[in-house]
Amino acid sequence: MKIPLSWLTEFVDLPESVAQLTGILDDLGLVVEGVENVGEGLEDVVVARIDAIRAIEGADRVRLVTVDAGHGPLEIVCGATNFAVGNHVPLAPVGAVLPGGFEIAARKMRGVTSNGMLCSARELGLSDDHEGLYLLDDVIAPEVGQPLLGALGVARDVVLDISVEGNRPDAWSVLGVARDLATRLGRPLRDPALAVPDATEDSSSFAAARIDDPDLCGRLTVSVLRHVVVGPSPAHLARRLTLAGMRPISNVVDASNLVMLELGQPTHPYDAAHVAGRALRARRARIGEVLTTLDGVVRVLAQPGRGLGDTGEDCVIVDGDDRVLGLAGIMGGAASEISATTTDVLLEAAFFDPMTIARSSKRHALRSEASNRFERGVDPELALTAVGRFVALLRESNPDVVWMAAPLDVAGVVAPAPTVTLRDGDLARALGVDLDPADVRAILEGLRFQVSGDGPWRVTAPSARLDVRTGAAGRADVIEEIARLYGYSRLPRRTPAWSAPGALSDRQRIRRRLRDAMVDLGVHESWTPTLGSDDDFDLLAPEQPRVRITNPLAAEESVMRSSLLVGLVRAWARNAERGLGDVMLGELGNVFLHPDVAAAPRRTRGGVRGAVSLALPQENERFSVVMGRVGDDARTAVATWAALAGRLGIHDVVVRSFDDVPRGLHPTRTAHLIERGTNRRVGFVGEVDPALVDALAAAAPRRRLGVLDLDLDVLVDLALDAEADQFVTVPSRYPAAIVDLAFVVAQEVHAVDLAEVLMAASEFVEDVTLFDVYRGEHVPAGARSLAYNVRFSSATTTMSEADVARARDALIDAARALGAELRS
Amino acid sequence: MTTSPLAELSAHAASLLARIDEVTTLAELTQQEPHIVGKRSILSALQKSLGGLAPEERKAAGAQLQEVRRRIDEAFAARRGVLEALARAQALEADRLDLGDVVVTQVRVPLAAGHPGIVAATQRQLEDVFVAMGFVVADGPEVESDWYNFEALNIPPAHPARGMWDTFYVDLGEPETVVLRTHTSPTQIHLMERAVLEGALPIHSVMPGRCYRRDTPDARHLAAFHQIEGLVVDRGIAFADLAGVIETFTHAYFGPDISSRLRPAYFPFTEPSAEFEITCTICRGQGCRTCSQTGWIELGGCGMLDPAVLEAVGVDGDEWSGFAFGFGIDRCAQMRHQIADMRALIDNDVRFLRQFS
Repeated sequence: MKIPLSWLTEFVDLPESVAQLTGILDDLGLVVEGVENVGEGLEDVVVARIDAIRAIEGADRVRLVTVDAGHGPLEIVCGATNFAVGNHVPLAPVGAVLPGGFEIAARKMRGVTSNGMLCSARELGLSDDHEGLYLLDDVIAPEVGQPLLGALGVARDVVLDISVEGNRPDAWSVLGVARDLATRLGRPLRDPALAVPDATEDSSSFAAARIDDPDLCGRLTVSVLRHVVVGPSPAHLARRLTLAGMRPISNVVDASNLVMLELGQPTHPYDAAHVAGRALRARRARIGEVLTTLDGVVRVLAQPGRGLGDTGEDCVIVDGDDRVLGLAGIMGGAASEISATTTDVLLEAAFFDPMTIARSSKRHALRSEASNRFERGVDPELALTAVGRFVALLRESNPDVVWMAAPLDVAGVVAPAPTVTLRDGDLARALGVDLDPADVRAILEGLRFQVSGDGPWRVTAPSARLDVRTGAAGRADVIEEIARLYGYSRLPRRTPAWSAPGALSDRQRIRRRLRDAMVDLGVHESWTPTLGSDDDFDLLAPEQPRVRITNPLAAEESVMRSSLLVGLVRAWARNAERGLGDVMLGELGNVFLHPDVAAAPRRTRGGVRGAVSLALPQENERFSVVMGRVGDDARTAVATWAALAGRLGIHDVVVRSFDDVPRGLHPTRTAHLIERGTNRRVGFVGEVDPALVDALAAAAPRRRLGVLDLDLDVLVDLALDAEADQFVTVPSRYPAAIVDLAFVVAQEVHAVDLAEVLMAASEFVEDVTLFDVYRGEHVPAGARSLAYNVRFSSATTTMSEADVARARDALIDAARALGAELRS
Repeated sequence: MTTSPLAELSAHAASLLARIDEVTTLAELTQQEPHIVGKRSILSALQKSLGGLAPEERKAAGAQLQEVRRRIDEAFAARRGVLEALARAQALEADRLDLGDVVVTQVRVPLAAGHPGIVAATQRQLEDVFVAMGFVVADGPEVESDWYNFEALNIPPAHPARGMWDTFYVDLGEPETVVLRTHTSPTQIHLMERAVLEGALPIHSVMPGRCYRRDTPDARHLAAFHQIEGLVVDRGIAFADLAGVIETFTHAYFGPDISSRLRPAYFPFTEPSAEFEITCTICRGQGCRTCSQTGWIELGGCGMLDPAVLEAVGVDGDEWSGFAFGFGIDRCAQMRHQIADMRALIDNDVRFLRQFS
């Protein structure tokens, strides 16, 4: 909201400096987002008359203009062409500094000297018009040499751009801001000058007003204005409107806008000649009724709402023939618009149900200055005060206008102003400090709250404060107002203490250990998009239902990811295309499963009042790594998993190949990670399917990409189990014997299973490590040689050769159970 | 009557189909392509010969030929699909590796440090500060119902306050009932509901997490971002405690020469509400371009829990009171590391990633 200080100061005496004022407004929660110094830099600009125009040789875009600004002829080079000899235009002489700090100097070009600059309105910061020079003859009767500001009657001014919070409709006006300021500063608030109805016949003799649906329209006032002469507004009012960011249109429309900006009450003038029966009626729109609004759009009314909580209701204003004139509180129709020939005006000033306006405005995607105010809540008591102000403003250009006696005023349903109790100690409990009751009372009364009662106060909100609720919530609303006006910065601070210690959850702690381990192993943590395209989704799960965004920013970001792989491979590809592909990229993040296919869909409440049970997507947290360094492949992935598992103390997870490898992973070079005891599946290790690499990284150098894709739920459980098992073994102090054993083993037997058998075969086995795998001519087809490094030791003695030989034989015997024969 | 050039069309078709079926490799298929479906095929030759026919005859013959062509093209494409699948199966089979046989000790990988993500690293620092202040860290889901994201937070359906958030809706249930959470505040509701159910009040928690807003990404905003939210519900909690916690956090995280101030604001779920600002970390309060010469920069929002929120989750407002606060993790990272363009956070450019440790 733009407020010129010249306007604000009509209601309250302002602090001495603008900086002080903006500081106070910020502290009141009326945040100043911009300060514009109007007229600054125009002190040196004067009125000049064009005396001659001639071409400059060799220049076709500029001409040499001779002007007189009171000190004889002055030659100026000018690029504009919208003027003729005899016109008056603004001249910035040499030495003047224009808004924005642009200093005018004498410049020589094409052999002539330009002694100043002729200006457009935009160059002077006076309007947006930059179609040539500002032709002063159109707006005033200019005199040569006159200072421009004086000639235009423009005083220097400061315009504040104030952001008003959504719960402060009462502050969304010049008077509202002034009321907060007056209360904070302890200065009197001046009332605006109001007209009163003239002593004529009653308005009811000329016009009619009715409310059919009092729940939608809380109050409808219709004032009859006669002998209206539509014309331009006086310059100072037009100027005020311009500074506030609105375009002057005509005295009637301008008065309506000025009143809205000044007091916060939107009003709507109708040409009485175009309102059948000179009757205005507020009612529910009927399904399918049609209205063409002032913006030229044909709108079908009362359509069942598409948005949540939308009743599909519209409130309309109709005339005596039941013809729809406008969407109440939002926008009028073209038919009854004020025109140059209007002589009688019906002025509507009303109160509409805020939620009805909010829903209509959203459904019709139609916002106006009026709807923005009505949907937040306009003071229901304000209507006729606003009309009094309207008439006072209109009289400045239309002194003969008559406001007929007894304006029509129909009541609908308005909630009574809430009264809340403020008990002794309520403020101390809420704010942590007891304030002086006299200060509190001054604040509340300054804001026009009524305070009564000794002991507990009964505080009644003024009609403008539609944000104040009843009961405990209302008390909080009142306390906020007290704290706000008192000043948040003056309230004390204290540090609360409680006995419960701070902590991470187990999962968060394991997540941190996993991140640390990943970084230690050389992974760069990435953050890839949650939202992808249908094509991305099809790469991994074409037949699966997907979790779709209803209103995506782009089709490429419309489906929730089912895997981290697509994002990681694409991120790797982008780096690889720049020659930076020697890297492992990893991510910890959620993937989303449609509730129709989720093993554990989340059920939760939703809808209006949370009355509906909803199935939400299952969110699975995964940890995935894509390995793209030179030489990385499924083996690297296995070794990386082994290191990671070791870091988390996880020992009992085996690498098992199955045929059911998910799409996107290499079908013959990917294995499951399975906990042996429980068969819980931790995830996958292997390579990215070359087809997926082709699809996502076609422009990157062709490479195998190792991959790890883990389910964080299982990983966390395993890591927690490992933490719970805290016992350690002290190694034998006696020398160990190291023996290599190679077995010929059928392809079906897992190397890790054989190692397990060997481990269990003798109490002296300390460790078994696979160190070589051989396939080829020296081994039968369908089998391979697995060579293990076995450490024997005894806790109580140095093992003899015979001890070792016995133990070795025990291992060889045990291996036969798996069909493994010692390789000779 | 002249013999139609298409007299033996069906014989030609049968022969072409037989030829297609005989091809066993992709290479052979490619080699045969011009002869079966291309310019050198018999069908192309027949096509040319149609030029000599009378117009009506030509039309009928053309349609006939077109139909055969379609069948041949289809068979050819189908064959290509089969052979491609076969080739892929063969290549994958040749590539087979039994991962159970990987000798881990023989795998050699380059030794190089990795790098944590800057958001995760920042989140950890923030969590550490709050844990030291006595807060428990809680997580919550990214997809929420409108009840948790809005209505329980005192933002009823169709209320203009919902417009304060640009919301991504998820295509589940009734329209606008499932959303990508626009803030971490729904996790507050979950925590309070659970605590009421389990009789486990008080609550002293912070809730970090990813949120989404339907905002076209630019240098300062991403459609996905991270927030950390704080919630205290206890006996005797007042606005002074909120201001004190904010100040303690500000000193602990930003340093002793950075302090905080509160300014009135509006959030539907708190009353009184405030924006909290901290001393500008660039100019240390002297005034600069970043802080628009004010010496202060906005960090987040906070306030006392609105009675309507307590009522929605069934917390007895006569016994318990509390406050909440929230701010952007990415924004903290941006301030601390002077990140000129937030989009760098999702580019995953290695040259960016490797700067953090």
